Amino acid sequence: MRLDLDARPQRSTLREILAPVGALIVAILIGGVVIALMGRSTIEAFDVYFVEPLSQSYSLQAIAVKAAPLILIAVGLAFCYRANLWNIGAEGQFIAGGALGGWLGLVTHDGAFQGVLGSWWILPAMMILGALGGLLYAMIPALLRVWLNVSEILSSLMLVYVAQLALDWLVRGPWKDPEGHNLPVSVNLDPEATLPILFDGGSLHLGVLLAPLVAIVAAIVFSKTLFGYQVRLVGSAPKAARFGGFNDRTIAIAAFAISGGLAGLAGVAEVSGRIGQLLPSISPGYGFSAIIVAFLGRLSPVGIFIAGLVLALTFVGGEDAQIAMHLPGDLTLAFQGVLLICVLAADVLARYRLRFTMGARS
Amino acid sequence: MRTLFTAAAVAALSLAAAGGAEAAGKVKACWVYTGPVGDFGYSYQHDQGRLAAAKALGDKVDATTFLENIPDSDSERAIEQLARSGCNIVFTTSFGFMDPTLKVAKKFPKVMFEHATGYKRNPNMSTYAAKFYEGRYVMGQIAGKMTKTNTIGYIVSFPIPEVISGINAFERGMQTTNPNAKIKIVWVNTWFDPGKEADAAKALLAQGADILTQHTDSAAPLQEAEKAGKLGFGQSSDMMKFAPKAQLTANTDNWGPYYTQRIQALIDGKWKSEDTWDGIGKNMVVMAPFANMPDDVKAAAVKTTADIASGALQPFACPVLDQDGKDRCKPGAKTLEDGDVLGMNWYVKGVDDKIPQ
Repeated sequence: MRLDLDARPQRSTLREILAPVGALIVAILIGGVVIALMGRSTIEAFDVYFVEPLSQSYSLQAIAVKAAPLILIAVGLAFCYRANLWNIGAEGQFIAGGALGGWLGLVTHDGAFQGVLGSWWILPAMMILGALGGLLYAMIPALLRVWLNVSEILSSLMLVYVAQLALDWLVRGPWKDPEGHNLPVSVNLDPEATLPILFDGGSLHLGVLLAPLVAIVAAIVFSKTLFGYQVRLVGSAPKAARFGGFNDRTIAIAAFAISGGLAGLAGVAEVSGRIGQLLPSISPGYGFSAIIVAFLGRLSPVGIFIAGLVLALTFVGGEDAQIAMHLPGDLTLAFQGVLLICVLAADVLARYRLRFTMGARS
Repeated sequence: MRTLFTAAAVAALSLAAAGGAEAAGKVKACWVYTGPVGDFGYSYQHDQGRLAAAKALGDKVDATTFLENIPDSDSERAIEQLARSGCNIVFTTSFGFMDPTLKVAKKFPKVMFEHATGYKRNPNMSTYAAKFYEGRYVMGQIAGKMTKTNTIGYIVSFPIPEVISGINAFERGMQTTNPNAKIKIVWVNTWFDPGKEADAAKALLAQGADILTQHTDSAAPLQEAEKAGKLGFGQSSDMMKFAPKAQLTANTDNWGPYYTQRIQALIDGKWKSEDTWDGIGKNMVVMAPFANMPDDVKAAAVKTTADIASGALQPFACPVLDQDGKDRCKPGAKTLEDGDVLGMNWYVKGVDDKIPQ
């Protein structure tokens, strides 16, 4: 017996919307079977993973805070991926932004440089520096690609390690808290350099609002502007784009700039709004998880927004499940893997028809 | 519809009340680990401490809750989730959890927090750490006697004071038995990465090291030593089952008694914010059984361990010369001050390496 994939004659919007929803349901069913095999209550696990986190203000905020960097980075990645540019180094751009923006927070510590202007400018300047840090860092693989045809997959990925080690060095050396017993952490950022918390006692900070804002702007850029059209055309039909007179080099650099800038912005928002200091490691892998988010959201800003929230929900729900049901933390990672495979499989099924052929080759 | 809603509300209320009653009778103790419980090293050993406390305190404690594999930069939410879920005392077991623990502690004044290996405290936040370096002094002495190539491979994670003081204590112990022996240091920049640790081990063995020691958490280096027919030391936990022919001893962390005592203090209403720093004497650091060595080496190791426990021997007894030959002790002092050890960022004389800066 043989299994063939036949392209469906026409694309259906309904099918494309239903595919990820169906994938999510299948993933939850598979997760339920695994939990049942472990001898635990599937209903309780479902409740702890997906219902409880959505029914409390605290965990809703936690989900939003966790989703925000994923969404910001993934929206940026969508520009690259749609233009057929494989920026794998968002993690490094996130760190570069967090470090450069965070640096301003460190040098203005204890009222330094605030004599004439006061302190109102620090936060906006940190955000700009953060975006700039990520943008400039993304320019390395972008320019290497455009000028020398160096594979951006390799260069951007390897620059992640460079960024990680550079931040590590900075926090152990020049940026180390002088009163920190020689341990590798910076001083805590002052309130002037900290993004304000929106609700007392909560965790939702101002930077989280950037995520929906950026997603909306990106959705408009993709659907309504010439630039959005160019990005898509360069990605899907580079020759046609060149015949059409679009400069694919400019577009490649612009896509990398947006991607790096948003990753850097996510980095500085995380440092300023959440961590409150610089550490040897400021990201639990957001730059890599965001690649999953970008594809879960099918490279559309609205899809990415939803996908980011779903992935964040599995993290927070996974911790709840560890606390309330003592389920292992690895289950969360396994579930995220199952979810990704289901989405990719559903994607194929939405575009192709399965055909079983009995017997040998036809 | 309305009755259904009321019924649900009543059910929810009674559930909440039941939860409260349970909390009043039992102290709920919770843990946050940096690595997976299955690392068979640092986090595993904290989890063994949790299980020991659960066993010792029986019905008085609910010690079933922990979160594993929590990255530093994401730990604040994890700690807060525990505080919100009804934990009365939360042990955060890694240095990187320091500021997040402090932030959550300030937000939840009625929950007690215990942070391992840090220095920031609050009325509801204690700190605790073990003098791991004491065990490393014993290991250094053994290594000095057992090496044939006079080369000891030392695999290390990050240049923080705990690691530096371990290297220094090892070197000082080794010098007492073999002044010609040298340690070769490889920084792997990770606490737990069996692949990277094994690569470092292979490189060191290829460079002539015949004994390996490590300040990383997996059993991989020791397994490499076993494969090559060489010797090594376990880290954090007794790794004998991974390397029955290679392990000389292991510097094991024994958190059970401390956890038991702190939870008991909370039950008795006597919990206070304190700073605890104990070693071999108080059984917070325990040497795994001495093995794969001749009887005279074993006897010497037993004696050194006992002397450190009684305080007769101090790994950092003065003078303590640094690499430039300068004595780092205060004039007239008998040992280096605790603060100097806790913030150590220099090597003692004899260490042939530069601290990465």
